[in-house]
Order: sequence, then structure tokens, then C-alpha cells
Amino acid sequence: MKALLLRDLKLAFRSGGGFGLGLAFFLIVAVLVPFGVGPENDLLAKIAAGVLWLGALLACLLSLDRIFALDWEDGSLDLLATSPLPLEAVCGVKALAHWLTTGLPLTLAAPVLGLLLSLPETGYVWLVTSLALGTPALSVIGCFGAALTVGIKRGGLLLSLLVLPLYVPTLIFGAEVARRGTEGLAVSGPLALLAGISLAVIAVLPFVSALVLRINLR
Amino acid sequence: MLTGVGFDLAPGKALILRGPNGSGKTTLLRTIAGLQPLLEGRVHCSEDAIAYAAHSDGLKASLTVAENLQFWAEVFGTSDIDVALTRFDLLTLADRPAHALSAGQKRRLGLARLMVTGRPIWVLDEPTVSLDQASVARFAENVKTHLAGGGMALLATHIDLGLEAPVLDVGVFKADPTSSIGGFDEEFL
Amino acid sequence: MASIWEYANPVKFMRLTDRVLPVVALGAAVCMVAGLIWGFFLTPDDFRQGSTVKIIYLHVPAALIAINAWFVMLVASLVWFIRRHHVSALVAKAAAPVGAVMTLIALITGAIWGEPMWGTWWVWDPRLTSFLILFLFYLGYIALWEAIESPDTAADLTAVLCLVGSVFAVLSRYAVNFWNQGLHQGASVLRAGAVTGSDTEEKVSNVFAVPLFVCIAGFVLLFLALVLLRTRTEIRKRRTAALIARERLV
Repeated sequence: MKALLLRDLKLAFRSGGGFGLGLAFFLIVAVLVPFGVGPENDLLAKIAAGVLWLGALLACLLSLDRIFALDWEDGSLDLLATSPLPLEAVCGVKALAHWLTTGLPLTLAAPVLGLLLSLPETGYVWLVTSLALGTPALSVIGCFGAALTVGIKRGGLLLSLLVLPLYVPTLIFGAEVARRGTEGLAVSGPLALLAGISLAVIAVLPFVSALVLRINLR
Repeated sequence: MLTGVGFDLAPGKALILRGPNGSGKTTLLRTIAGLQPLLEGRVHCSEDAIAYAAHSDGLKASLTVAENLQFWAEVFGTSDIDVALTRFDLLTLADRPAHALSAGQKRRLGLARLMVTGRPIWVLDEPTVSLDQASVARFAENVKTHLAGGGMALLATHIDLGLEAPVLDVGVFKADPTSSIGGFDEEFL
Repeated sequence: MASIWEYANPVKFMRLTDRVLPVVALGAAVCMVAGLIWGFFLTPDDFRQGSTVKIIYLHVPAALIAINAWFVMLVASLVWFIRRHHVSALVAKAAAPVGAVMTLIALITGAIWGEPMWGTWWVWDPRLTSFLILFLFYLGYIALWEAIESPDTAADLTAVLCLVGSVFAVLSRYAVNFWNQGLHQGASVLRAGAVTGSDTEEKVSNVFAVPLFVCIAGFVLLFLALVLLRTRTEIRKRRTAALIARERLV
């Protein structure tokens, strides 16, 4: 399992691995938003938390179809399925690798982009906390979507259509934490719910993803 | 697809599958490897004993030959990749990234993976595709060594590898398309 | 022994629905024509909402079917998963577009009703938002069916999506309630005008309620008729495919 994680990380960092693509996309979204809504700092400060959450979510979406599609094309998925690794663990590790190469860098980059969007000082801690808690859920749910669409040629668009509605609860609670934190309100409610969603999907969805992969491999 | 297929494989023996294209060789091998469910019948062997290799080698283009092999060695819980590299004449290529290999070299790397799995039963689907004559001979030698060590091999191939192995023609086991276990929607007729 | 599972056999299902479908379709037509004419022309205007309230006869039944179509899909998917009856999977497939259209009707009639009542076509009210999300779930489900070639694989994968989607749909409903209450508390005042379902029925007197029930019955029968019709089409499609496959093999 460690070998698989290391391999996936290595592949992501090598040329053509797509690491950094999500980050660049996140940066571009943050830069484009002021062009769209106008440069007033007050308005930007008000929407910064929500925009950053949305940007992170879309950046996450960008790299989802790489989770299984590449291994499917070159036959490694067949070989992994016949290896001693349980397929459930493969799904878990793949989601973890996706989070380490996408969710984690996005979380770390968010404060810098918060600066660009004049996010109020009170918001930084909660923005980072909510992203750190929420992005694992995005990766795991996305991994399920990727498993569903792995056998479909050019399934990228379909993947987005399937995964985005599933992202709704995570987005709502995550952005709510960031927004309430920014406004100095109590955040414990949505924070607990966000953590609950993350833990629940991490516990359950890898098993469902493995089931779906087995159906696709038949 | 197929019906009435039956065979035993003893340690140290090999079996070669023949049959026209589309006769179900690949389906049979995938089913034995545990990738597809059986519609009927049984496979009496542990999936954990099988090393499966098909048309695609599962290589990562941006990893080197040694890294590719090392990965599979770790997944299967073995560590020695040097023997496999030597046997398939890949030592000099060990540090070359897989995208810089020729088709035949890739194939050799894919077959070298079988050795690092440490599993006794090799299930091979057209293993000699894109290999040159010298490589085929080398591969045949490796299969023989594997068999001599008590291993087993099940091959779908049309090339004579010089193995002393019985040949099973799967063409004659083609399922009657009107039977109930056919691969399409009989229930709807 | 007669068992309900007998009708899971496509041939028996076709034979049964051949007789049932016309009855259901006729019932749907009668109920809908009667209910809508009664509702539109033979009831008095509401003292506060005027004649706008009459869109209720389209809006409420459509909204009910929109949600229940998803339940039908959920149950059919479970049956397919547990008992592997092809007809069940095809019923789930057939119900999805009908449910999606009903959701769209509920959304559009809601907007038309909302404009004179709230002065705006759209509010991010929890109920409206939930319906919009439900519509997205329908789209994803239909798209997945369309994208996969092997019918059994498609049935399996969409069944999993339906199960997982149901959990997330419930979660979304809860999250949306939470989110809106956090955003603008004032929404509940707006909603006093009542949007759908139970709120409305409590307020409406019997004069409005009876034609409403006739309309609901009509919509339920219409849904049933459409699903049966679409399932029959799907079965015929599979039958054709099986015949072609046999011809090629023999």
C-alpha cells in the first residue's frame, strides 16, 4: 500500500503528472473573480471565503479523472485487482494520493489567495481549517465518481456532472464555516457537520468505489 | 461464451490454449484470474497463486524500468528485482524511463513482472506479441525454468515455444447460443 | 403459486402490461381532464391570491411525483441489486426521465406562481433549492445510463449511483435548510404565502382540496402509464438486441 501511494505521488510529480495544474487553476480563478465582480474591497471581502471554497472545489474536480483512468488505460488496474492488495485499500490509497497532490496544496495556498481577495483577518484560520477538513471528503467522493466513469471514453464531463451534486453538502458546510469564521460568528455547528461528512465518506465510500471498480473490470 | 471447458494443471506443467480470434481465450483467462465472475462452474485454485499478464503491461511511462518493477515487487511483497531484470535482459535498460522503450522491450518488462510476483501459476494472454525471435526464445527459457521450479503456466499463444505442453483448443467448447447461459439477454426472448 | 416476482419475467410483464396500460392511461386522462377543468374553472378565486393560486393543480402533483419517482428508482435499483431482475433495472431507467420532467414542471410552475406572490421568479428558498439539486441528480443518473454500452454494467453502476445519490440527496436537503437559515432569516416570512405540499393543503379549504386530489390521482396514473410505456419500449429494445445477437451466432 505504501508502494502504491509512493508510486502515485511520484507519477504526479514527474513530467506530465498534472501536479500543480489544480493549483494554477485555483490561482486563475482567484485572479479572475475581481474582474467579474469589480475591484471594491468591501464586496471582495464579503465573498472571498465562498469564492475560495468554490475555486478549491473546481480545482479538485479538474484532476479527478486521472485517479483511475490512466491505470485503466495501461492495464495496471487489472494487475492491481489481481494483486494481493484489497481493491478497497487501492481506492483509499488513490483518494489519499489525490488529496496529497491536490487538496493539501490548495489548503496551503488558500491564505495567499485570501490576501488577493482581501479576506478579513478573522477569516484565515477558519478558511484553512474548513478546507483542511473538507477537501479529503472532496477527494473521496471524487474517487467514487472516477470509479463510476472509469470505463467510459472521454468521461471527464460526465464525471463532473455526477460528482458536483454530490459535493453540495460538503460545499455548503465548508463555506459556511469559512463565512461564519470571517464574520466572527460561532462555527462549531457547521464545523462538526463538515467533519462528520468527511469522516463518514472516508469510512464508507472506498468500499463502494471498490464495488463499482469490480463491476467495471468485468 | 464457453461451456464444458475442464482441465487440470499439475505443478511443473504448462497448458497452451489455442483457438480462433473471439473464441473466448481472453475471457477464460480473465475468469481464471478472478477478474470476471463465472456464469457456471468452478475454478479450483486460489486467486492468490495466480500472476496474470495480458495485452497491456501496466507500465508507467514516466517511471524507469527498475522503478516499474520495484513497484510490483513491493505490491507482491518480494524485493529481488535483479534476477528478473537479468533473465529478461533488461539490466542495461534499468535506469531508462519506460516511455523510451521499444514495444518489444516494454513487453519484456511486462513479462519480467511475472517473476517478481513470486506466484506459482502464470496466466498469460498472448505473451509473445511484439517480441523478436531471440526474446521469444529467452521467454521460453524463462517459462521452462519457472516450470522446473515447480511453477505452472497457462498460456494463450499461437507461437510454438518449444514447451512440452498439451494444447487445448477452446474453439470446440463454444457455448450453444440458444442455451440459457449465453452472454446475451435470453430472458427477453 | 402466484408470486409478484413472476412478473419480473419480461415476457409475462409484457403480457400483463399490454392489458393494464390502456386502463391506466385512460384513468390518467379522465382524472387529469376532470381535475384540471374542475380546478381551473369551477372553483372560486382565492380572496388573497386571486386566480394565481390555481397553478397549484399543476404544481403540487408534479412536485409529489418528482420526489416519488426517485423513490421508485431507489426501490427498483435495490430489487435489481438483490434479485437481478432485468425488468426492475429497466423500470428504474424508465422512471428517471419522467421524474426529471416532473421536477422541471414543479420548478417552472413554482417560478410562475412565485413571481406575482413574491415579486421575483426565483428565491433561494430551501425547498426550491432542494428541487434544483434533485433535478441535477436526475440529469447525472440519466447521463450515466446513456454513457455505458453494456446494459448489465449500466444497470449495476446506475443502481449504485442511485443508492449513493439518495443518501447525498437527503444530506443536501438537510444542508440546504441549514445554509438558508444561516443566510437570510427573512425567508420564512416570504414562505408564509406557502410554496408546496403540506403548507398549502392546510390552508386550502375543501373547495380547492377535492379537485386537487383528483389532479394528484391523475398525475400518479400518468406517471404509472409513462413508466410502463417506457419500460415496454426498453424491453422491446433489449429483445431486438438479443434477437440480433442470436442471429449472428447461429
